Amino acid sequence: MSGQNVAGAKWFEQRVAEWRSAGARLRGLEHGKSAPAASVLEAVRTYPEIARDLAIARRAAPNAALTKYLEGVYRELHRSLFRPPVAFWRSVLRLFTHDAAAAVRELRWQIVAVVSLFVVSIGAGAWLVSAYPELASLFASEQMIDGVQRGELWTDNLLNVFPSSLLSVRIFTNNIVVALFAAALGVLYGLGTFYIIAMNGLSIGGVFAFTAQHGVAGRLFQFTAAHGFVELSVIFGIAGAVGLSLGEALARPGELTRAAAFQRAVARGFKLMVVCLTFLVGAGVLEGFVSPNARFPLSARLAIGLGYFAFFLLVLSGALGRFTRARPARG
Amino acid sequence: MESIVRIPSVTGVDVELKIAGPGGRSYAFVIDWHIRFLAAAAWFIGGTIAYVGGLRLLPADEVGSGYTFIVVVPAAAIYFLYHPVLEVLLRGQTPGKRMAGVRLVALADGGAPGIGALLVRNVFRLVDSLPSLYAVGLLTTMVTKNAVRIGDIAAGTVLVYDEPPSSQLLDRLSGSAVARLGLEQAQLVRELLDRWPQLGADARRKLATDLLARASVAPPGDDTALRAKLEELVA
Repeated sequence: MSGQNVAGAKWFEQRVAEWRSAGARLRGLEHGKSAPAASVLEAVRTYPEIARDLAIARRAAPNAALTKYLEGVYRELHRSLFRPPVAFWRSVLRLFTHDAAAAVRELRWQIVAVVSLFVVSIGAGAWLVSAYPELASLFASEQMIDGVQRGELWTDNLLNVFPSSLLSVRIFTNNIVVALFAAALGVLYGLGTFYIIAMNGLSIGGVFAFTAQHGVAGRLFQFTAAHGFVELSVIFGIAGAVGLSLGEALARPGELTRAAAFQRAVARGFKLMVVCLTFLVGAGVLEGFVSPNARFPLSARLAIGLGYFAFFLLVLSGALGRFTRARPARG
Repeated sequence: MESIVRIPSVTGVDVELKIAGPGGRSYAFVIDWHIRFLAAAAWFIGGTIAYVGGLRLLPADEVGSGYTFIVVVPAAAIYFLYHPVLEVLLRGQTPGKRMAGVRLVALADGGAPGIGALLVRNVFRLVDSLPSLYAVGLLTTMVTKNAVRIGDIAAGTVLVYDEPPSSQLLDRLSGSAVARLGLEQAQLVRELLDRWPQLGADARRKLATDLLARASVAPPGDDTALRAKLEELVA
């Protein structure tokens, strides 16, 4: 028997009970929202001891099963002890009252840039179709073109095809996917977002110009009045700005590494996206229940649309956060 | 060679996590895909039979909101929300990941990723799944240091192997065996004895002779005596 083996055996015999009980205690710590204070304190005491044992085992027997066991216990203890506290609803509230507004402030120049791009694209689309009416086929299907030429809009009989509830779900699901795409494709150095915004701007401008040529643009505006302000702002303003910021983080990471700059931009941008996507659900409901319903006059649609847009701006400006802060604390 | 991510700890001893490569990742994904596809299909088929009274696809003009909200929307939700919902509820795991023995962890601290990170990771599936069959995601896992897809880079997560520690070995290893053979040798002998019935006679004789020689013990001639000698060493 070598001296090293004897020392190893002594260490093993002294510590094996502790290793076994540490492994057993992990099961209680890993599951559930909370654990008894005694278990947590015990885990806090055990953590550095297991670390020391693991360091010895790594040096003495790096490939041994005991080392693997200690790696597992140490890893699980670390995960349990350093688990961040769960405050889900508080985080959600903070998202709407503070985080979204902070993100908007940081992304203000990207928002200006992307809205400018969108407006220019709309103008370009409108000019293209006004100057070359045959280009309308680039932006509208044959069926839509035939209908508009007869003075009908594709939105006229929507409720005869789908009930409002179904229409709403289809619309907001589609809008959420488009918004997420517009933001996520910013990963292509912002070019994916750029093309989505530009192509949609061209398309919207072209379609409006085409309907104007046949005298139905007013009706199209009336259709979009209730939901369009928020819907377009979220998809082509906010999601576009988030996408551009992702591209910018990759192209110009500054003092951070590209990965770190990208993660920072994602964390900031997607907090804002969560808030804006909830507004898209509301816009989808309006588009399903109000927009296709002929009983709503333009004035009512504008009141609803602008009111909803004002609430949207209120949240994104941080006014909601200032209001909740200003309320006197209970007691 | 195994790739390892090291998470610094206050103790000065890093937590080492084995990174799951494209193989482990794909294995987990394939299991999850089948679970979610079968669950969504089961809901769709069962719902259609219950709602329509038979298994037939409804023409577009017959699809009412009842059928949509009871049959179509839940089936779509099962299929599309499987990953984000389960990863959040199971703290970075899904049934497929559990079966494949992998787990998502935050790269910063090795702990379970937060809800925000998990949602971001799933949003970027839109990019990772382009142009089809997760080509972008798979390619990215092959070329990045930690074998991560774009969603993981965005969320700061990494997929690691997650073997729960098993104390089985501790129960069967004695201090006297460690004193006689050393930690590593004692475990090797114990593992050889565990695998004894599965090994061929020649292979186990070769391994046993080698281990006995390291302990300066002359190997006996027959198979049963060899095994008995090894048992004696780790007793």
